Amino acid sequence: MNQHRLDLMLCGGTGCHASGASEFKEALGAELERQNLDREIRIIETGCNGFCAVGPVMLVQPEGIFYQQLQPGDAEELVEEHFLKGRPVQRLLYKEPASKETIPIMDEIPFFANQMFRAMRNKGQIDPESIDEYIARDGYFGMARAVNELTPEEIIEEVKTSGLRGRGGAGFPAGVKWGFAAKAEGDIKYVLCNADEGDPGAFMDRSILEADPHAVLEGMIIAARAIGASRGYIYCRTEYPLAIDRLSLAIENARNYGLLGEDILGSGFDFDIDIYQGAGAFVCGEETALMRSIEGKRGMPRPRPPFPANKGLWDRPTVLNNVETMANVGQIILNGGEWYASVGTESSKGTKVFAMSGDVNNIGLVEVPMGITLRKMIFDIGGGIPKKRKFKAVQLGGPSGGCVPEKYLDTPVDYEEIAKVGAIMGSGGVIVMDEKTCMVDMARFFMDFIQDESCGKCTPCREGTRRILEILDKIASGHGTPGDIEILEDLCDVIKTSSLCGLGQTAPNPVLSTLRYFREEYDAHVYEKRCPAKRCAALLKFTVDPDKCKKCGMCYKVCPSGAITWQKKEVASIDREKCVQCLACYDACRYDAIE
Amino acid sequence: MLSHPDITPEMKQRIDEIIASHKDTPGAVIPVLRMCQDVVGYLPVELIDYISRGLNLPRSDVYGVATFYSLFSLTPRGRHTVRVCLGTACYVKGVKEAMDRIGRTYGIGSGETTDDRRFSLEAVRCLGACGLAPVMMVDQHTYGGIKPDQALEILEKYE
Ligand SMILES: Cc1cc2nc3c(=O)[nH]c(=O)nc-3n(C[C@H](O)[C@H](O)[C@H](O)COP(=O)(O)O)c2cc1C
Ligand code: FES
Repeated sequence: MNQHRLDLMLCGGTGCHASGASEFKEALGAELERQNLDREIRIIETGCNGFCAVGPVMLVQPEGIFYQQLQPGDAEELVEEHFLKGRPVQRLLYKEPASKETIPIMDEIPFFANQMFRAMRNKGQIDPESIDEYIARDGYFGMARAVNELTPEEIIEEVKTSGLRGRGGAGFPAGVKWGFAAKAEGDIKYVLCNADEGDPGAFMDRSILEADPHAVLEGMIIAARAIGASRGYIYCRTEYPLAIDRLSLAIENARNYGLLGEDILGSGFDFDIDIYQGAGAFVCGEETALMRSIEGKRGMPRPRPPFPANKGLWDRPTVLNNVETMANVGQIILNGGEWYASVGTESSKGTKVFAMSGDVNNIGLVEVPMGITLRKMIFDIGGGIPKKRKFKAVQLGGPSGGCVPEKYLDTPVDYEEIAKVGAIMGSGGVIVMDEKTCMVDMARFFMDFIQDESCGKCTPCREGTRRILEILDKIASGHGTPGDIEILEDLCDVIKTSSLCGLGQTAPNPVLSTLRYFREEYDAHVYEKRCPAKRCAALLKFTVDPDKCKKCGMCYKVCPSGAITWQKKEVASIDREKCVQCLACYDACRYDAIE
Repeated sequence: MLSHPDITPEMKQRIDEIIASHKDTPGAVIPVLRMCQDVVGYLPVELIDYISRGLNLPRSDVYGVATFYSLFSLTPRGRHTVRVCLGTACYVKGVKEAMDRIGRTYGIGSGETTDDRRFSLEAVRCLGACGLAPVMMVDQHTYGGIKPDQALEILEKYE
């Protein structure tokens, strides 16, 4: 279908949007028109490319050349030099930070070279709003095979062979879940897709929905065929307007092509999908709560069993899978379960998408084969820690997860191995933390989140998380007393064992894992009234150590309240009266001179 | 039947249409509340009553739903909604300082609206733009890498 000489795949993901992609697009479009190139070169706005750190980014196809940090002012030079004269613009190419070497081809940039794309195979490669481009890359072929060639049992068998496990957190084998729902009695069955993506720090589902919405639809249709469902819903966060727009368009196009709705591809099989917008409640990501929310009720979980495979939405047999899980299904049916399982570890097959952020150079989305070590992911793909600081820990799995310290960085990405070191694979949020992160403060942060989002139905979670937060507040504000840490441990134990749903059962994890690896930091707060990472304002002195101060004036420049006095070649000093304790100076000082 | 100073006759007409088209759909409360809030800007208690009668549901059910989900606001909102992300990635990158500064400068906390109804401030958990952390959204626009000073500068542009 490509009559164009060049396709300019400009990232239209949220990240690049916010760094000015639309302004650049306008400038580039105008320039192409001015040079009469708009017929041979076209701009395609794609979903998130993944390399958000250097946005706005653009891939020139078929050459494979990757441009970064594009500004409207660059349009003229790009068109003149590259698109007319064939000379890529050096200053806009990727430069390897360590070696300063310029790498023009996207696939050779370390960030991309160490990845393996399956769930995200189309990201940045197609126009997400075009069903034809999806089909041109073998889209809906797996679905066609499922409805026309395979029996439901064969579909389920194929998914079981692939070893695909739920990517929404718990890692339950998808094929097994479908098997239960297929066997369940019921005239009406449902297939739901969980696009609630509540874990703060995870954004892969959003990116898949924005970059490749049809892949999710295809997975849902196959699941529906496997269990005999006639209706599906995608439960999407209301905070994701672009994802909702793209999904709506994709559903409409699929219906027009006879890929969704009645008598799909002439097979006699009917299935249709609607989008259901969430209304801002983290707990609605939990499966039973999500179903109640679609029923129009307060989104509170209920005890299981009965499991949704038997009694789910409106008490009918229901399969719920995460966005990323669904996005893998089409390829599995097309290429076979064995193909999928050829990558990975004994118990974790295929690839996993991670959203890497925090104190790491290459912030963005990465998809890696299972079994790769955390170290490789953070240092080779992620490019290590910025500002020459030291790595401290990596948080995996969000509020239900835990942190992994330096000594366990060689743990492979694998559901069981990660659990062994006290974290979880979770939905794939990877937050890298450097030495300036206080672990007590981090635990406090997650507990604040959980106690805010606890739905209130069961007491251990509602009251227990509040108590934990109070104790952590007390410790962080310098009022910790001996015995506090032990009470924390007791509370965690009770909440873990007696809460109703996964929210409460996993809520203590961030506290437990920080206690496990960084107990001395808790001790320092409680017994010495000291915050080793210098984050807890109540425990800081806000004075400058004259021996350490290099008189550079950085603190003076960043202070928002004029509380710092400094002159060239003089030690800075802080006026406690004017100080608002914002910690800007702590962050700015490179010599650790502020106490 | 529905009279409230913030609800104009045109709004009332829209509300009636929304209710009529969802009356017979089971589980329609949340979409109806969302659309009505889009029309009026928030959900006054009188409107919640009106919706419950229209959908033929107990008041307590509709009220229960409206108070459970953070999307719904029962008090008037500012002309601009400022959503500061307090998600993990943004937190690690020091968004707390920006949030504090905004709060102090405009004298509002999370969930509050300035007296002149210029801004409503909301702390949200992850806007899905962690790559740009710390992140703030003003109405529909996302701003990344906000330091306290920049956040205030950006807000100055919104009247
Ligand atoms: C409190 C809580 C929040 C959850 N949030 C999400 C979420 O945002 N997205 C998601 O896919 N799964 C979430 N889950 C997991 C779901 O309950 C469910 O296991 C999952 O969607 C099933 O799909 P999968 O097997 O494909 O992973 C959450 C679970 C709990 C307990
Ligand atoms: S944590 Fe702020 S956007 Fe994700």
